[in-house]
Amino acid sequence: MTAADVLLLGLGAVAVGSALLVVTTKHLVRAGLYLVVCLGAMAGLYLVLTAELVAWVQVLIYVGAVVVLLLFAVMLTRAPIGASDDLDRPGWPAVLVGGGAGLGLAALLIDAFRWTTVDLPEAGTAERLGSEIFGSWVLPFEVLSVLLLAALVGAIVVSRPDIGADR
Amino acid sequence: MRPVIPYVMAALLFGIGVYGVLRRRNAVLLLMSVEIMLNAVNLILVTADTTARAALPHLDLITPHPPPPTGQVFALFVIVIAAAEVGVGLAIVLQLYRLRASVALDEVPLERIDA
Amino acid sequence: MIPGVLLPAVPFAAALIGLVLPLKARKAAATVAVVGAAAALIIAIFLDKSDKSRSWLEIGDLTVTFGARVDKPAVLVAIAVGVVALAVQVYSITYLADDDRYPPYAAQVSLFTAAMLLVVVAGDLIMLLVGWEVMGICSYLLIGHDRRLPEAPAAAVKAFIVTRVGDVGFLLGIAVLGIGAGTFRIADVLSHDYSATTLTVAGLLLLAGVAGKSAQFPLHTWLPDAMAGPTPISALIHAATMVAAGIYVVTRLYPLFTGTVLAVLGVMAAITLLLGALTATAQDDIKRVLAWSTVSQIGYMAGALAVGSTSAALFHLLTHAAFKALLFLAAGCVIHAVGSNLMSRMGGLRRDMPVTFWSFAIGLGALAGLPPLAGFWSKEGIVDAAHHPRGAAPEWVGWLVWLAALAGVAITALYAARLLRGVFFGAASTHGHEAPPLMRWPVALLAIPSALLGLAIFWPAFREALGLEEAHFDAWVLLPVALLAAGAAVGWRGVPTVPAFARAFWLDEVQHFLVVRPVRFAARGLRLADEAGVDGVVEGTGRTAVRLGRRLAAAHRSGLPRAATAVLAAAVLLAALGVIL
Repeated sequence: MTAADVLLLGLGAVAVGSALLVVTTKHLVRAGLYLVVCLGAMAGLYLVLTAELVAWVQVLIYVGAVVVLLLFAVMLTRAPIGASDDLDRPGWPAVLVGGGAGLGLAALLIDAFRWTTVDLPEAGTAERLGSEIFGSWVLPFEVLSVLLLAALVGAIVVSRPDIGADR
Repeated sequence: MRPVIPYVMAALLFGIGVYGVLRRRNAVLLLMSVEIMLNAVNLILVTADTTARAALPHLDLITPHPPPPTGQVFALFVIVIAAAEVGVGLAIVLQLYRLRASVALDEVPLERIDA
Repeated sequence: MIPGVLLPAVPFAAALIGLVLPLKARKAAATVAVVGAAAALIIAIFLDKSDKSRSWLEIGDLTVTFGARVDKPAVLVAIAVGVVALAVQVYSITYLADDDRYPPYAAQVSLFTAAMLLVVVAGDLIMLLVGWEVMGICSYLLIGHDRRLPEAPAAAVKAFIVTRVGDVGFLLGIAVLGIGAGTFRIADVLSHDYSATTLTVAGLLLLAGVAGKSAQFPLHTWLPDAMAGPTPISALIHAATMVAAGIYVVTRLYPLFTGTVLAVLGVMAAITLLLGALTATAQDDIKRVLAWSTVSQIGYMAGALAVGSTSAALFHLLTHAAFKALLFLAAGCVIHAVGSNLMSRMGGLRRDMPVTFWSFAIGLGALAGLPPLAGFWSKEGIVDAAHHPRGAAPEWVGWLVWLAALAGVAITALYAARLLRGVFFGAASTHGHEAPPLMRWPVALLAIPSALLGLAIFWPAFREALGLEEAHFDAWVLLPVALLAAGAAVGWRGVPTVPAFARAFWLDEVQHFLVVRPVRFAARGLRLADEAGVDGVVEGTGRTAVRLGRRLAAAHRSGLPRAATAVLAAAVLLAALGVIL
């Protein structure tokens, strides 16, 4: 068990634990905060896996923007402060499908990798990532830009009733 | 590093995300569960990238080139898409709240079509 | 000399013309009908005796021919049919004066005449069958003619169905004979060599048809109910012609009837004879008395056939046609005058209706067999034939028919006397009036053959035409006369009504119980099975499809959470399948 393994186990446990809390807690706001912990643990995992740029982008965008957006939505939809009882639907289909998906995937991956060991490669620097994106993946990059623009416009159109198709 | 550890973590996270999507009634909580699923996928991509880069040989042309970090590029793309998706999704949820004063998803009626 | 095929063609043409006439054209309809009947009579008198036919259809190995087989008995029967048809057509003009559906009636009577004449001259079994069936249809239509009578439709249906039951046997008998001979031509069928079993089977099947059409036991139940039809129809169809058709067919195909078949016929005849006579003694409706009397008299003819004497049977057929038609038409005059069929409402009418009274008296005398009226000679012929039987039937048949015939003479005289007294003698409870001329003249004219036709036995040409022997008188002649006198005396004095006779030995109820109720039950069950089963499958398929569609639509319209569950569950399942397989 190398140091990397220990770190992976620890951060992974944190991530999984906080994700569990996100989906089971009765407090809406606490769910958002547990999500922050989960996403932070994910960033830590990326760092251990030598994906430094991804880790920082995760913190910047996910933790910084996405969670903030979600908390804004919680606030704007008048979420009750404190415990609410009516947050959940019947549990058995969720357990069945979720458990099936998660455990099935886990079984598959354990079967594929068993207890093999891999040497950690050198870190992926920003320069390396940048030359890869703008080298081989420039078209998806441009398309993503358009997608972001479309999402922006769409969000505005949906939110403002005075903008949109004529009735 | 044993890659099975982050892989299994990712699998469990994915399962937890699916459970959350199917269990939660609140639209915002559902979007949070979707984010957990996307993060699980990202973790698998990054772990696979690490494993592949460790296994692939270096290209030897003029200077030695390490194999490209394709998995990390995909992970970045997934983050961007997730951000866009959350933006639009939350706009829709807020509009729904404005119309129905509730974001409970199993109360959205589909049998009657009001004008 | 006129070819035989023309004989049914002329009244058929009259029927076709009459059927297209509008309902208001009474005079035109009457003219067409009377001219058609008169023309048929004239053609019958001048018929060419021949047996010409030509091949018409080939059905596989079987040949159906088209042609007429006219011999001397056929000519005589055709003349009888023509006379009665003409009398009935003339009579109907007045009898149906207040009926607004007279033109179709007259056309149907012409059609019936055509069908009966087709049966008389047909040279081919299939053509005979065609005439046979068309007679059945005309009988049904004419019994149900008066739509205002509540019992008429049921009577028409009963007549049709009971004769239909017999007709099935008749058709099968013809089929057996035709297939055996390879052709349906009567001359060839008669000369073909069949095995004894084939003949017995075919004969018994043909007897079924004869029993139905000629109202013999056990298919006799339709005839008394058929009295719901107009009285001229009762005269034409149910007394003089159609019911005699069965007897006529047996004489036509006589060489084909084996001893077993004739024995069965003899038993049927004896039972029918006595059944009809006994029931007639207890009826109040004068038409019903005459109907049961017809049943009984045809039993006489069948009995004559059973003991081997077709000539006696044909002679009685001819005299019966005359006096029964006379009796029915005269009864029609009485009913027309009094306004009711029931004897209990009549009495003492002889002063008001003298012509009708004397005609009726002559007819009843002929019926009873009073010498020297026609019935005496023909009935005597039958009794004599039974006493000295010839032919294929065993000896006991002769004894049976003889005893039944003698008993029948007494009982016939009994009910004849009772009828005469009840209608025309005694205290006058109603007043009648003499019938209009168009009704009176056919009655009066029919009295002539009823009185005198019997004396034709002394005419050699007539004797030779029918195959009768010379009339000889020995002591046995007195026996029926004595029985007649005794019966008449008892009938005149009056007998109490026996319930068993009045209800015809409850045979109608037996038929209802054994046949009608099971058939109705089966029909009900079949209808339920059809509605629940077949309709159920059809409608159920539709309903199920609609319900399934609605459920699918509801599944489609389920909210996001349920849809998400379905999609994710399916994805997990497919992934699992992909991994496993």
